[in-house]
Order: sequence, then C-alpha cells, then structure tokens
Amino acid sequence: MAVRSNIVGIDSPEALERALRAAYYLADEGLATAAYLGLALGKPLLLEGAPGVGKTEAAKAIAAVLGRRLIRLQCYEGIDASAALYEWNYPRQMLAIRQAGDESIDIYGETFLIERPMLAALRAPDSTVLLIDEIDRADQEFEAFLLEFLSDFQISIPERGTVRAAERPVVVLTSNRTRDLHEALRRRCVYHWIDYPTEEREARIIMLRASSVAEATARAVVAAVGKLRREPLSKAPGIAEAVDWAEAATLLHKGGARWPDAFKRSIGVALKDEEDLHFISPRLDAMLAEATA
Amino acid sequence: MSTEPELPRAARIFVSFVALLRANGFAVAPEQTTAFLTAIELLGPRDLRDIRHAALATLAPPPERRASFDRLFDLHFRGSEALERADDGEDDETVRLQEEGRGDEEPLFSDDANESGLSATRTEALVERRFAQLSTTDALRRLSREAPRRLPRRRGHRRMRARRGPFADLRRTLRDSVRSDGEILRLGHMKRRHRPRKLLLLIDVSGSMKSRTEDNMKLAHALMQAAPNVEVFTFGTRLTRVTRALRLKRREQALSAAAHLVSDWDGGTRIGDALQAFLAVPRFGGYARGAAVVVVSDGLERGAPDALRDAVARLSRRAWRVSWLTPLAAGPGFRPQTEALIAIERFVDDLVDGGSSASIVAHVLALGRRRVA
Repeated sequence: MAVRSNIVGIDSPEALERALRAAYYLADEGLATAAYLGLALGKPLLLEGAPGVGKTEAAKAIAAVLGRRLIRLQCYEGIDASAALYEWNYPRQMLAIRQAGDESIDIYGETFLIERPMLAALRAPDSTVLLIDEIDRADQEFEAFLLEFLSDFQISIPERGTVRAAERPVVVLTSNRTRDLHEALRRRCVYHWIDYPTEEREARIIMLRASSVAEATARAVVAAVGKLRREPLSKAPGIAEAVDWAEAATLLHKGGARWPDAFKRSIGVALKDEEDLHFISPRLDAMLAEATA
Repeated sequence: MSTEPELPRAARIFVSFVALLRANGFAVAPEQTTAFLTAIELLGPRDLRDIRHAALATLAPPPERRASFDRLFDLHFRGSEALERADDGEDDETVRLQEEGRGDEEPLFSDDANESGLSATRTEALVERRFAQLSTTDALRRLSREAPRRLPRRRGHRRMRARRGPFADLRRTLRDSVRSDGEILRLGHMKRRHRPRKLLLLIDVSGSMKSRTEDNMKLAHALMQAAPNVEVFTFGTRLTRVTRALRLKRREQALSAAAHLVSDWDGGTRIGDALQAFLAVPRFGGYARGAAVVVVSDGLERGAPDALRDAVARLSRRAWRVSWLTPLAAGPGFRPQTEALIAIERFVDDLVDGGSSASIVAHVLALGRRRVA
C-alpha cells in the first residue's frame, strides 16, 4: 500500500489536529488519527455518529486544511448514477442533431456532458475533497455502486469509455446510522465513530466558533445541553445548536435580559421539536438554574 | 507454503490480534490487516493509544461491538491486567431503561407484572379465545410463502423503464432518435418503482407475555428471512435491538443469538419507557419513519399510562401505520379496558388479536392491502 506524500507538512496526527484547529475545528485524538491515516493511506474516511456531532464539519475542515474545494454529494433515497456521476444534456444534444443536418456530429462530446459530484472529484483529484454526505439515506443499490467507485476510483461512461483518477481523490463519507452500512463499505474505508465531545471540548468549540460568547456562558450552555442529551428527546441538540444557543442567549443578555431568562427564551434554537419542548418544559427552569449555577 | 515470505517478528503481535478478532466473530478482510500494519508503521507508534486508534480506524469494528473489541484489545496488548474487567454486555443496541430521569421512583420489578392492569379481563379473554385454525408451524410457513408479495409497498424514488409512465426516458429516446436522423419516432417512458415498506416489529418479552414469547420470536425470525427492511426490537425492562441476530438464516442459531442479547426475558414491563427510549435514539427512531409498525404486547403497563400514551402518539405521527396486537383482543367484541390500552386506542390504527401466531401472521399479511401510499 503506497503511502501518500500529498499531505505536505502534516506528518503526524498531532500536526493534523493543529491544522484542523487553525481551520476552527477541534478534533479529538481518535478523529485526528483516523483522518491522518485516511489521507496518508489514500483511503476514504468514513465518519459515523449521531446527527449534530460535526461529521460534515469535519469534512469541510479537512478540505480547508488541504486548501481544496469541497464537492458535496448529499445522498437521499433513490439517488442514482445520473445525480451522482454525470448526465447528458439531452435538449442540447437534440438541438445539435437537428442543426447538424448532413454533417456528422459527436453528440457524446464533452460539451454535452453534465458533470456531477463524483465525476468532478475524479477528474480533479488534486484540487477537491469529495464529501458523500449521509450515505445511510441512499438505498442499497447506490451503496453497491459506490463500492465499485471507492475500490477502483474509476467511472465508466458507456458512450465515452472509462474515466480513471490519476491519483486517489480524498473522499469523506458520513452516516447517521439510520441503517447498517454494508460491511464491504466499512472495510474499504478508514473508520471513525464520532461521539459527542466532552464538556471541556464542547465549551472550547463554542468559544472558537462564537467569539462573542463569554466562557461562563459557554460552560452553562454545555452543561444544559449535556442534560438535554440525556433526556429521551426525538432530536437532541447537536454541537451547532449548542453554538447557536450560546450566541442567542448572549444576544438577549446584551439586550437586557437576565441570565436564566435569556437562556430560557432562546431555547428555541437548541430544541426545534415542539414535542420535545413540551416534554421538557416542566423541568426546564430547574435544569437551567442548575446549569447556570 | 514455504515460499511465503516470513512475517517480520514485530508484525506478529498485530497479525495475531487480527486472528483473535476473527476468532471472536469480527469480520476483518486481508486488506484491512494490511492497512492496520501500514497505519502502525505510519504512526510510529509511540504508545498503546496509537495502536488502539490505528486498530479502530482500519479494522472498523461496528459501534455496537466496540466494548467487546476494546476488551479483546486490552486482553491482547495489555495481558492479564485487562482480564478483571467483566463483560457487562452493555452496548448501543441495548438501552437500559432504569438509568436516567423519570420513573426512578418506581422500583424495578420482575414477576409481578401480571398483577397489574386488569388481570380479570385477561383471564376472561383467555377463556374465550377460540383456538386458531392454523398451528404455529403452518402460520410461519404461510408467512414465508406470502410475505414477499403481500407486505406493504410504497412508491420509491428510483425510476425504471416502462411501456407507459409519467416520466419521459430522454436517454433512450435520444439514442433511438439518432438512428432516425434526429427524428423522434417514439418517446420512451419511465415510472417510479415500488419498494417494500419498512416493517418495525416491537415485541414485548415481559413476564405477562411469557407464553407467547417463543412463538413471537420465531415469527420475527420468519419475517426477517422473508422480507427486506425489517427491524426487530424486544422490550420489557430494557429495549434491545435483535435485528442483527435474527438475520442468521438458521432459526435455532438466530434465536439463540437473540436470546443471548436480550437480558430481560420474562421480567417486568415498562412499555412507555421502552417506547420513549426507542424514539430517543435517533438511529432507532428513524426506523419508525414511514414504517409499518407492529407492536406485539398485551399493553399491561405497570406505570402511569402518560408515558405510554405520549410515546405511542409520537410513534403514530412518525409511522405509516401502527398496529397493536394484544392477546387480550382474542375474544370477539373486545373493548380495551386497561387504562393503558384505553389511553393509546386513539393513536393506533389497529388494535387487534395478537394471541396466536396465526392471527399475527394474518394481520401482518393483510397490512399491505389496507392502504396504498
């Protein structure tokens, strides 16, 4: 297995961790190691974890660190090759046939090809990071098709032949685990399960992302969010919600609201499910008072 | 073969770790072993943590088996000091219900669930229950035979060629038109494909369901084998996902694997808490979205019915259809009389007989006919 030299200047997981921090992403040791190995071994990086733990953000930060453009392929049920790979521009082809008259014309030329994310990443492996987001939403057919792509990094277009990447592109896959992924897919990737961050790390993330937030506020939000995540909610607040909550509460506080009240009034940015709000409301005051204490 | 190059001594301990994993039921491909060795070389490694990270990243143990992976790792690389840690069997496939939050004023209970609810009603129902015409074996056979074509389906988003259909198949039309100098003689069509709907089976394995539990598990296994997209959970005092175990083809193997996972057989019931816990794990709750949900439970809830009512209401908003199959409904003219069943009656689409394998199979097979999305 060839070890890649494309991560110039990043020669250890710690170096990658520092670089990610400079890109405003705080990775723990496990994630930094997995990402480093993925880059060094030229293997796709598969990130799994609950919604809102920062999987997509990690991909964005990796692209920023490498100084590359992020191409995002959002998966959904029913996604197929024409949405992921390429599509022909049929109206243009039709028009070209009509206009050509007796002349011969190649209707499968470059001008008629509409590039979709996977083909784009394959054709420009040195300047892009391909993010295949929420692969668990796609159906099994697409997953099987993806397997082929990830093992050979080539795409065959029947009318034009095979497109092969000169170098293995950087690929990051994410999954919320709404279904079990195929073992073969996990095998092809470097794998990391992202957990919710520790309180300490999450407070640092909040202060990094929202510079207006005071440390005490960040800690209070982290404590409150931690409590909420232990409740049986249908959508537990993720990291982005914690950041938003801290910012919103700070904003209200600066506008004159007192502390626990500023928190309480801005809870809508952390809990966005009416049923969850309803469920938590009887104990919310006590919970927030404890968090801000 | 003696032609194989000798494994470097330093690599042996890592390769033997992979062997240990395989011996313990982890699937590790040869390419993963290679990646593991390369990763270790890349990382230095400076301490055991590096090796652990490398192992996790390249050997990719499934999250629900992480605890067992860690134990094997410690055993292999740290030796006897790791042996003292006992296997508590706790992983993300099991949700302990007595942990946090509400309900902790209730002591855990085990065998007194039968005393709760309206046991008199239940006894009556049992007396009145007519013997089903099919034996369990016949019912399961019928399920395997008919499930593939009778289970509910829904329209998917993938398209397929069709003689007639609402979408134009431009690719084919264009290819055809090239042959006729750009004249479009015939328009190709496409239609949306029908896909099997997700099926979510929640099986009550508490003491009050004891007589039905084994048959219900057999039924779950038959259903898993017959249809794709089936998820199975058991609940009593805990919620356990048994899908993976039931995927094993041979029934005895699958049932014993499931038996190994579930630790609350024949115990108490906390249906409300179990369903709340189910909805609270995003990855589990997601299984219910758009699914045909079948709960097999007598609904003899020990606690207050509020938690149960809220959970069923949430479940019904998320699911395509919620069926509650209870042995209490075996008799004709059944009216729910326990507080819990009355509370949930208006949120479920069906509240019907779940007292025999034949009646459960009949209901499951009839699901597809009721409503077409």
